[in-house]
Amino acid sequence: MTAIGMEVSGLTVELATPRGTVRAVDGVSFTAYRGRTLALLGESGCGKSMTAQAVAGLLEPIASVTAGSVQVDGEDLLKVSRKRRRQLAGPALSIVFQDALTALNPVLKVGTQLAEPYRIHQRMPARQARAKAIELMRHVGIPEPESRVDAYPHQFSGGMRQRLLIAMAVALSPKVLIADEPTTALDVTVQAQILALLARLRAEHDMAVVLITHDLAVVAEEADTVAVMYSGRIVETGPVDEVFEDPRHPYTRGLLDSVPVDAERGSDLSSIPGAPPDLFSIPPGCPYQARCPLVRDVCQTERPPLETRAGRTVACHVAEGTAR
Amino acid sequence: MLTFLRRRTLTSLPPLLAVVLGVFVLARLTGDPAALYLPENATAQAREQFSAAHGFDQPIWSQLIDYLAQVTRLDFGTSLRTGEPAAVMALRAFPATLQLAVVTMLLACAVATAVGCWAALRPNGLGDRISSLMSMTAASVPDFWLAILGIWVFSIMLGVLPTSGVDAGGLSWVLPIAVLMLRPAGVLTQVVRGAMIAALGSPYVKVARSKGAGERRVVVRHALKNAAPPALTVAGDLAVGLINGAVVVESIFGWPGIGKLMIDSILQRDFAVLQAAVAITAISIFVLNIGIDLGYALLDSRVRQKVGAAA
Repeated sequence: MTAIGMEVSGLTVELATPRGTVRAVDGVSFTAYRGRTLALLGESGCGKSMTAQAVAGLLEPIASVTAGSVQVDGEDLLKVSRKRRRQLAGPALSIVFQDALTALNPVLKVGTQLAEPYRIHQRMPARQARAKAIELMRHVGIPEPESRVDAYPHQFSGGMRQRLLIAMAVALSPKVLIADEPTTALDVTVQAQILALLARLRAEHDMAVVLITHDLAVVAEEADTVAVMYSGRIVETGPVDEVFEDPRHPYTRGLLDSVPVDAERGSDLSSIPGAPPDLFSIPPGCPYQARCPLVRDVCQTERPPLETRAGRTVACHVAEGTAR
Repeated sequence: MLTFLRRRTLTSLPPLLAVVLGVFVLARLTGDPAALYLPENATAQAREQFSAAHGFDQPIWSQLIDYLAQVTRLDFGTSLRTGEPAAVMALRAFPATLQLAVVTMLLACAVATAVGCWAALRPNGLGDRISSLMSMTAASVPDFWLAILGIWVFSIMLGVLPTSGVDAGGLSWVLPIAVLMLRPAGVLTQVVRGAMIAALGSPYVKVARSKGAGERRVVVRHALKNAAPPALTVAGDLAVGLINGAVVVESIFGWPGIGKLMIDSILQRDFAVLQAAVAITAISIFVLNIGIDLGYALLDSRVRQKVGAAA
C-alpha cells in the first residue's frame, strides 16, 4: 500500500448562527494516500468545502471544529499550537481555492505572492525567493516567467491565475494538497489543462490530493477514490471505478443517473426530486429519507452508520439488497 | 503621467474660475467698505473719493473684468487695511494652516490605522465596541465647543497650555491639533475598520494564511494595502476640510493661518485679501485632489494602468 498522506477521522464542524448551532460536517473520516487523488463529491451545501477549510485550518470565526482529528506525518493539525500550525501550512498541507481572481491579492505582484512561502518558511532573501518564484511559474507552465513575475493578478487569464494559485500551493512540496473546486470557474478546455497539471504535480511531488468537486466527470477522470457526501456526512466511499460502476447508496445512484448518457434530444433529464434537508431541521434517521426511492420505516428512526460490508462502504439501511 | 497632470490642471481651471467669481460677488454683498474705513461723519464727497480710489464706484461687472485682468497677471490687488499686496498676505498666512493640517492629518491617519486595524481583528469584540463608541463620539463632537472646553480645562483651570497664539513653541500646537484631529481620526477609524474587516474576510487573506503567514504579515502586507484606497479617499476629503475649515479653530486659537485671515478680511471688507485667500485655498485643494489620484495609482496597479491608458 502506498504511504498515508493524511488521515481525517470523526471530523465534526459546527456553525454558531443567530438561529442556533448547526452541524455542517458530521463525523467525516477519510484517508488520503501519497501520490493518489481522493475526491470529496457532493452538491453545494453538503459540507465538502467546510471539510476542506476545517482541515486547512481556515474556518470562518462562526464555524468551529468540535470533534475529530487530522493526522499528517504523525501530527494532529487540529491539536498543534497556532505557531506549529503556521509552520505546517505549506510544507505539510496546502490548499488551492476555487476562484483564483479573488484568491490572489490584487495589489501585490504575483512574484511577491509566489515568493511568500519561501520568505515565510525558509527566510530566503528576496532576490533568491524571486528566482524561485520564476522557477515555480515555469514549473506550472506559465510562459515568459521572467517578465511576467512582476505583473499583477489582473493581467493574467483565468487559467493562468489558477496555475499561479496551484504554483503557490506546491511551492514547498506539501504532503497533502487540497483542491477546493479548482476548475469550477474555468472553461472546459482550460479545466482539462488544470486537471492535467494537478495530476502531473501530484506525481512529481508525491502529494496526496484531496479534490473537492461536484463534477462527476472530473471525479471519474482524476480520482482514485471517491467519498460521496450528503448533508455533512459521507454516505458512500470506495474506489472510483467500483462506486461509479455499481453505486450502492441510493443518493450516489441518483447522482449518476442524473448524468445524461445517450439521452435523446428533447427527452427529460433525470434528476433527484426535492432538495437536501435544511441544516436546522435534519430529521432523525437517514438525512436522505425524504428523497430516497427506497425509503423504509427504519430509515426514519435510525441513522445508518457508514459500514463496510462485502468490500463496499456505504451508510444505508437498504444498500445491500439494492445492488444492480 | 505628464498628460494626466496637464489634463487634471486644465479641468481644474473652470471650477477655480467659478470660485473666484463667486467670492468676488458674495464679498461685495457684505456691504460698502467705505462705511468701515472712513469715520462715521465722513462727507459724501469723501466717501465718493474713497470709492473711486479703490474702484468701488464702477458697476460690479466692470470691477470684475478689471479684477480678472489683474489676476491673469497674478496680481490679486492690494489690501485696504495694510496697503500690502493681497497675494503676499495670503501666501504668508498659508504655511501656518498647511503645517497645522499636515501634522493633524498625519496624527489622525496614524491613530485611525492603528485603532481601525486593531478593531477589525475582532469585529464586535469588546475592543471593537469601545473603539467604535469612541471614534463615533470623536467624529460627532463640534470643534468650536471642544476648542473652548479645551481652553477652559487646560489653559484656565490647569494652566498648562497657552490659550491662543503661537508664541509658546510646541505647546501652542497641542490644543489646536488635538481639537482638529479628533473628527478626522474618528471618521477615518471607522473607514479603516470597515475596509479592514472586508479585506481580512477576503479569499486572498485565507490564501495568505494557508501559506503560513503570521498575523502581522496578513494585516500589514495583505489586508492593509487593499484597505488603503477607501481610507485615502476619505482622508483626502478630511484634509480638504482641514485646509478649508480651520477657520473656526484658527479664530479661536488665534492661529495666524489662512482661515483667520479670511475671517478678518470679511469683517474688514478687505475684498482683495479675501479673494486671494480663497483662491490660494482653492488651488491647494485642487493640488491635493490630484495628489490623491496619484496616491491611488501608487497603491493599486489597476488604477495605474487606467491612468496610463487614459493619458
